[in-house]
Amino acid sequence: MIRFILLQNRQGKTRLAKYYVPLEDSEKHKVEYEVHRLVVNRDPKFTNFVEFRTHKVIYRRYAGLFFSMCVDITDNELAYLECIHLFVEILDHFFSNVCELDLVFNFHKVYLILDEFILAGELQETSKRAIIERMGELEKLE
Amino acid sequence: MDTVEKIVEEFASDIAMSPFSSGTRLRDMIRAIRACKTAAEERAVVRRECAEIRAAISENEQELRHRNMAKLMFIHMLGYPTHFGQMECLKLIAATGYPEKRIGYLGLMLLLDERQEVLMLVTNSLKQDLNHSNQFIVGLALCALGNICSAEMARDLSPEVERLMRSREVNTKKKAALCSIRIVRKVPDLAENFMGLASLLLKEKHHGILISAVQLCTELCKASKDALEYLRKNCIEGLVRILRDVSNSSYAPEYDVAGISDPFLHIRVLKLMRILGQGDADCSEYMNDILAQVATKTESNKNAANAILYECVQTIMGIEATSGLCVLAINILGRFLSNRDNNIRYVALNMLMRAINVDTQAVQRHRTTILECVKDADASIRKRALELVFLLVNDTNVKPLTKELVDYLDLADPDFKEDLTAKICSIVEKFSQDKLWYLDQMFKVLSLAGNHVKDDVWHALVVVISNASELQGYSVRSLYMALQAFVDQGSLVRVAVWCIGEYGEMLVNNIGMLQLEEPITVTESDAVDAVQLTLNRYSADVTTRAMCLVALLKLSSRFPSISERIKQIVSQNKENIVLELQQRSIEFSSIIQRHQSIRPSLLERMPVLDEASYLVKRASTTQGTLAADKPAPAVTPGGLKLPNGVAKPATSPLADLLDLSSDDVPAIATASTTTAPNDFLQDLLGIGGVNSSTAGAPSSSSTDILIDLLSIGSSTSQNGPPAADFSPPQATDLLGSLSSSTSISGIKSAPAVPQDMDLLDGLPSNTSISGVDNHSSIMAFQSATLKINFDFKRHPGKPQETTIHATFTNLTSTSYTDFVFQAAVPKFIQLRLDPASGNVVPASGNGSVTQGLSVTNNQHGQKPLAIRIRMSYKVNGEDRLEQGQVSNFPPGL
Repeated sequence: MIRFILLQNRQGKTRLAKYYVPLEDSEKHKVEYEVHRLVVNRDPKFTNFVEFRTHKVIYRRYAGLFFSMCVDITDNELAYLECIHLFVEILDHFFSNVCELDLVFNFHKVYLILDEFILAGELQETSKRAIIERMGELEKLE
Repeated sequence: MDTVEKIVEEFASDIAMSPFSSGTRLRDMIRAIRACKTAAEERAVVRRECAEIRAAISENEQELRHRNMAKLMFIHMLGYPTHFGQMECLKLIAATGYPEKRIGYLGLMLLLDERQEVLMLVTNSLKQDLNHSNQFIVGLALCALGNICSAEMARDLSPEVERLMRSREVNTKKKAALCSIRIVRKVPDLAENFMGLASLLLKEKHHGILISAVQLCTELCKASKDALEYLRKNCIEGLVRILRDVSNSSYAPEYDVAGISDPFLHIRVLKLMRILGQGDADCSEYMNDILAQVATKTESNKNAANAILYECVQTIMGIEATSGLCVLAINILGRFLSNRDNNIRYVALNMLMRAINVDTQAVQRHRTTILECVKDADASIRKRALELVFLLVNDTNVKPLTKELVDYLDLADPDFKEDLTAKICSIVEKFSQDKLWYLDQMFKVLSLAGNHVKDDVWHALVVVISNASELQGYSVRSLYMALQAFVDQGSLVRVAVWCIGEYGEMLVNNIGMLQLEEPITVTESDAVDAVQLTLNRYSADVTTRAMCLVALLKLSSRFPSISERIKQIVSQNKENIVLELQQRSIEFSSIIQRHQSIRPSLLERMPVLDEASYLVKRASTTQGTLAADKPAPAVTPGGLKLPNGVAKPATSPLADLLDLSSDDVPAIATASTTTAPNDFLQDLLGIGGVNSSTAGAPSSSSTDILIDLLSIGSSTSQNGPPAADFSPPQATDLLGSLSSSTSISGIKSAPAVPQDMDLLDGLPSNTSISGVDNHSSIMAFQSATLKINFDFKRHPGKPQETTIHATFTNLTSTSYTDFVFQAAVPKFIQLRLDPASGNVVPASGNGSVTQGLSVTNNQHGQKPLAIRIRMSYKVNGEDRLEQGQVSNFPPGL
């Protein structure tokens, strides 16, 4: 199960934070700070997995942005790595060449996409096209 | 990923941004915040915005509500408090339009979580939206429910979700399936309602529905045994078919990842198969072919493919696979381990962890590679490899492996040293065949990483040295030399100082030389020098300094010739600002100066420390952390094994109970009616000094503590009936929602007079006048020899509390003496045992023993009561033991 998903830039600014387990606000900030510190200075040759408290964080860096998912210790790391990539592809497709600013100004849409992709900490849809089509329908309702 | 690489710098122009539907103001605010040059400026902007939003809230402004909410979410993301917006979320959710609801639900998920009371207010709106005719609104409600619902909401809204799982709409169906995962996690009792629906969904074609349904099935299996059995019977064919279809399917652009169709679905199905096949030969048999197909057909050159292979190998190792399949899995593993990609090597190490149960030999073959991984630059790999090495150690390879690890200790980077030392120490303690080797390894570890050694480890070392009279000389000499070279290693210094104090004369006179040792010349003043240097070192902490003072005091009696010099050193601390040191200094100087006559007897060597009781003590203090820790396979109850061939104590019921607790039953209560000395229990009670509480008769627990401090507890017999509560530090799983607490309470009382029993029993029966609802009694346990009945009393208003009245009846013709009843419960339950009415159960059911239990179920309504019981008694002086589990409690307890 995914415990939380973070999207942070190199400076540690959180661009998206989705928690599937309840945490106090102060605890959330601590987690965000710690995860950023864990991943930001890792050598690109190292694994994309870091153990974090009693869980592990699967992260991947795209330009200046770090996508991190905290999952159970027994979960399939490679699968979540693929999962991050799929999410990035969906964002890229939706914003046509996504950049950090898209995510800042359209943060609510990013959450909406995420809610179509992952629910209750589990995968909901694995087809990029299905999600993009669904987003199109949702946009029409606005 | 070429396209995403184009992500531009944060400060690029934002001209190209698409216009916002929720109004320009949100955008303006984000711009204004981004334009801030300092944190103070940013705070000012946010404060101004918050003030405006607050004003709008108090004026009940309808128009701007959802725009304000969006702004609040952004502010929240920056880390500012936004509690005042919570009610606005609820208002937005109650609005009619989709755009309002959308922002409302988004805000709800960001600003609130299941623990806030406010959330309860939204249950009704959620219910309405779940029944809405617009599928998009239903989708929003399902999403919110799935992400943040509490146990109560889960119970209230579960019927709606069940209904939606039968919807014709694909999106609604898959969302409802995932939502039920959350519901089942919160209320496992509801699992049975969903198992039929889940297996129906597995017949669908749409991948989104399939993957949701497979994940739901996985969760159901975890939540309920019945569901697991049901799914084994009904789903296995469907799963095999899904996996076959997806792995044989031709190119499908929608689901294609690097030439593989939907690897995500592959992996989820494989995972579910692992759960279903575990311990079930028929199920496993059914999967063999498809697993073999996936394992052979998947090309391992892309991440997605490797992910599938990884999951497949784990499944093969997890189920009752044929030997052919296992060989296939081990081969894939070998391929992974030799891969250059670090990610792949990491998962290979993970797989080896599983493989160790299947084929230890195969794993041992990779020992050198694993040892190399311990020295890898990447901390993640090192950590995995170290855990694995720990599992690989056995009696034959312990010496070379330890040598490798100890050698590496010197080079390891500081962050890693702590883990590494902890593992080396536990390996050394667990596998040491002779004391000399153990001491040597420990001295090396202390010298190289003395600052990272945990206190209990060096305490154990001191206990061992104190017991090994033939090695004390060797120890003190080795430590003295190590102290010269490694003055900065905290725990080395402490152990060395302690040994010099205790065995100073052995150091100076080369007493107890071993053959391999070379004689060294240390004068009395050299020994004092060493302690004095340590005492005055800037890096020494108060404990070390205090230990130095004690050592000096002891040396003053061992080396009478230089006691004057020692007195001078000791009195230097008379004006120390630390009270502890000042006091010791003054008192010790006066002993050296004025009490010459009693000094030798006062400063004799410490009595030999009791190894067995220390180990039990240590095990019980680590128990708390054990239970709360991740289920790390490395930390096994085997760690309790006594080093150096110390005989396991004859009375080990408590140790056994502790073992029991390692599988999810950390709360233990034990009560004994015997008067037979049980040093263990006594000793455990002694540790509880911190928060000891008396129950029953006035206890002598304070003397216990004292005795314990003096470490002679085991040799003293206790006379009073002490009772104490002992609770090690509560550890909370950081991210998990469960906090586990460990408590061990022991009650030991003399055979009670019947009146006593009435007194104790009288309490609950008195309250029954004010309306205690009575449950029927159950037969908790019956064997050919013994019968136990439980009568229940519940307390209205406190549904989680139950008082159980247990009656023990002897079914044989010989009476039982020294009867002891013990019970253990899962960690969500708290248990208190009252003293029993007696310790003799008369023969042939001519009377019985009774005992009261108070049980508090902290997850009342979610999990049923369960108690493990154990009865020990003597028949004609012969020990008997019976145990069992009680789970047939009446519903609702």
